[in-house]
Amino acid sequence: MSISYLEAIREAQSLALATDENVFIYGQDVGAFGGAFKATKNLFHEHPDRVIDAPISEDAMVGLAVGAAIEGMRPIIEMQFADFSSVGFNQIVNQAATLFWRTAVPCPITIRLPSGGTPGSGPFHSQCMETIYAHYPGTIVMTPATVEDAYSMLLDAIAIDDPVIFCEHKYLNYHLKADSLPKQTLPAKSARIVRSGRHATVVTYSAMLHEALRAANNMKNDGYEIEIVDLRCIKPIDMSTVLGSIARTGRVLAIGEAFPWGGVTSEIISRISSEGFNLLDAPPVRLNSIDTPIPYHPDLWRYHRPTASSVEEELRKLIRE
Amino acid sequence: MANPANQNQELNGKLSTIAVETYRWMVLARTFEDRISNIYRAGKIVGGVYVGKGQEAFSAALSTQLRKGQDVYSPLIRDMAGRAAFGEPLIDAARTYLGSARGPTIGRDGNVHRGNSHEGMPTMISHLGAMISVVNGMLFARRLRKKLNNVVGAASIGDGATSTGAFHEALNMAAVEKLPLIISIANNQFAYSTPTDRQFACDELVDKATGYGVNGININGTDLIECLEGFGKAIAQARSGKGPQIVVGNLLRLSGHGEHDDAPYISNRLRSSNLGQDCLVKAKNRIIEESWCSEKQCDDIQEQATIEVNAAIAQAESEKGPNPYSHDWNAYSSPSFRK
Repeated sequence: MSISYLEAIREAQSLALATDENVFIYGQDVGAFGGAFKATKNLFHEHPDRVIDAPISEDAMVGLAVGAAIEGMRPIIEMQFADFSSVGFNQIVNQAATLFWRTAVPCPITIRLPSGGTPGSGPFHSQCMETIYAHYPGTIVMTPATVEDAYSMLLDAIAIDDPVIFCEHKYLNYHLKADSLPKQTLPAKSARIVRSGRHATVVTYSAMLHEALRAANNMKNDGYEIEIVDLRCIKPIDMSTVLGSIARTGRVLAIGEAFPWGGVTSEIISRISSEGFNLLDAPPVRLNSIDTPIPYHPDLWRYHRPTASSVEEELRKLIRE
Repeated sequence: MANPANQNQELNGKLSTIAVETYRWMVLARTFEDRISNIYRAGKIVGGVYVGKGQEAFSAALSTQLRKGQDVYSPLIRDMAGRAAFGEPLIDAARTYLGSARGPTIGRDGNVHRGNSHEGMPTMISHLGAMISVVNGMLFARRLRKKLNNVVGAASIGDGATSTGAFHEALNMAAVEKLPLIISIANNQFAYSTPTDRQFACDELVDKATGYGVNGININGTDLIECLEGFGKAIAQARSGKGPQIVVGNLLRLSGHGEHDDAPYISNRLRSSNLGQDCLVKAKNRIIEESWCSEKQCDDIQEQATIEVNAAIAQAESEKGPNPYSHDWNAYSSPSFRK
C-alpha cells in the first residue's frame, strides 16, 4: 500500500472527525464535492453535519471558527488556496492570534493553507504565506514536507489549543508517497535532521526539502556531504537543532520558496548570526524565490523558485568560501 | 379567547417593568461614563475614552431583552448601557479603564476592550464588523452540538461598520446559515467625522437587509419604548427561526468619537434636530408621564447609580496595575509551546 501527501491530510482529518465530536471542517467546496484538491473527499459522507460548505468569505470563515473555538470546538478551516487567506488576514492575526492573550480563552483552530507553486498556477494560486502569519504573536505555523508529517502534524495541529496555520504544499500532494502512515513521530515543534553531513548545513522546510535533497545527492558524487535540517514547524523555530547542525558543519544555506524580503530564511540567518556566530566558518547564505510576483509560464516559474540546480550552485559557492 | 383589553393591560405591565429596568441601566451607564470622562480629563486614564452618550436607550433596549447566561451579546464601543444590562459587573469596566491588574484583560487591553465569553459576551477587537462572524461561530457551534435551545446572538455595530467587508461577509454568512442573529446598527450619523453620505448610498441603511434576504426594521433610536418594541420583535423573530434580523436605530452621538474629540463636524442644526434629542431625558419624561415611575423614584435610581459608580471607581483606583517584571509574557495557551 502507498499513501500520498494529500491522502495523509485527508486521513488525518478523517481520524480527527471520528475521534472528536468538537472537530468540524468549514471551507469552500469541502462538502459533497470533497474540496478543490479532494483533501476532504468522502468526509462529508462520513460526517455530513461536520463537513460544511462555506460561502466565499474567508474573513467570516475565520471569524466563525474563532466563535466556535470560544464555545470549545476545534474547527478546521480550509482555505481553497493559501493566497486567498489574505482576505481572512484580519481575523487570523487580530482575532484568532490575540484571543488567548487578551481573554485567557484558548483558540484551538487549524487553518489549512494549500500553499506553494505548481506549474501554470500563476501569481494568485502559488503563494507561500507562512512568513506573514509567523510574524504575529500567538500563531503556530507548520510546514510539513513529508507524507508522515502531513498526517501527524495535522493531527497535532487540531489537538493544539492555539491557532495553527498549517501550510500544506500543493506540489507535494501527488508527487510524494509513503508506504504507510506513522505510528510515532517527533513533536510538531521539533526540527529533524533528514540527512547527515559535514561540509555544509541546509536549513529548509516544505517542498524545498526535496530540492535540497536532490542537490545533496548530486554533490555526493563529488565527495560533498551535505547535512539537511527540515524545520517542519517554522514558528516556533527549533534553533537548538539548527545550531547543533552548524556546530558540525560550520556553513549554512537557508532555503525557502517564499519571497525573499524578510521571512523564514532571514529569521534563520539572523538568529544564527547572533546565537551561533562563533560556529560559522563562512558567511551564512540564503536562497528564496525571485522578488517578483510568481509567474504563470512553467519555464518562468521553474526559474523563479529555488530548484535543485540553484541550491547546488549556492552550496558549491558556500563550500568554496 | 383572551379579552383584548386585558391583553393590552398585560403588555403594558410588561413594558412598564422592562422600561424602568432599562432606564436604570441607561442611568448607570451615563453616570459611569460621565465620571470616566472627568477622570480622563484629569489625565488619569491612559489611552482613549469612548462613550455612548445619546445611544443608551438603543444599546440597553437590546440586551435587557436577551437571556443572560444563555444568549450571546457582542457589544461595541458605545455599549456601556448594553453591557451593564447584559450583566457585566461595573467593576470590570472601571478596572479596564483604570488599568487594574485585576481587570478582565489584566492590563493587556483597555477601555472598551473587555468581555466575558463564558457568559456569552465576547471581547471586541477594534476592527469594525469583525465581531459579527464571531457571534455567527458561537451560534453555529451550539447548533452543531444541538445545544442552540432557542438561543439568539446579537452583534452591535454602527453606521461606519456597515461599509466593511467583514460586515458583508458575516451578514451574508448568517443569512446562508439561517442563524438566529440580530445585528443592531446604531446609525449615529458619523463614523468618527465622516457623515453617512460618505458611508453609504442607499436611502436608508435598513434597505441593505433586503439584499441579504433578511428582515430589517428602522426605529427611532432616541425613543426607549420604540427601541424596546423594535428589539423585542427582532429577538422574537430570530428565536422563532426566522433567521437574521437587522435593527437600525437612528440617533445622534451626543459626544465626540472619543473624549479627545469635541466633534466640530456635527452641525448645530443636527444637534437641535429630533435626532439630537437626549434619549435619557426622553425616557425619564416618558416613564414619569406613564406613571411607571415617580420623580422621586427616578431620583433614587440616579442616587443608586452614583453610589455604585463611586464604589466601582474607588475600588479600581485602589488596585495596582500589572507588573511587567512578573507578567506572564506568553501568547500561547498550549503548555508545550509556552516558554
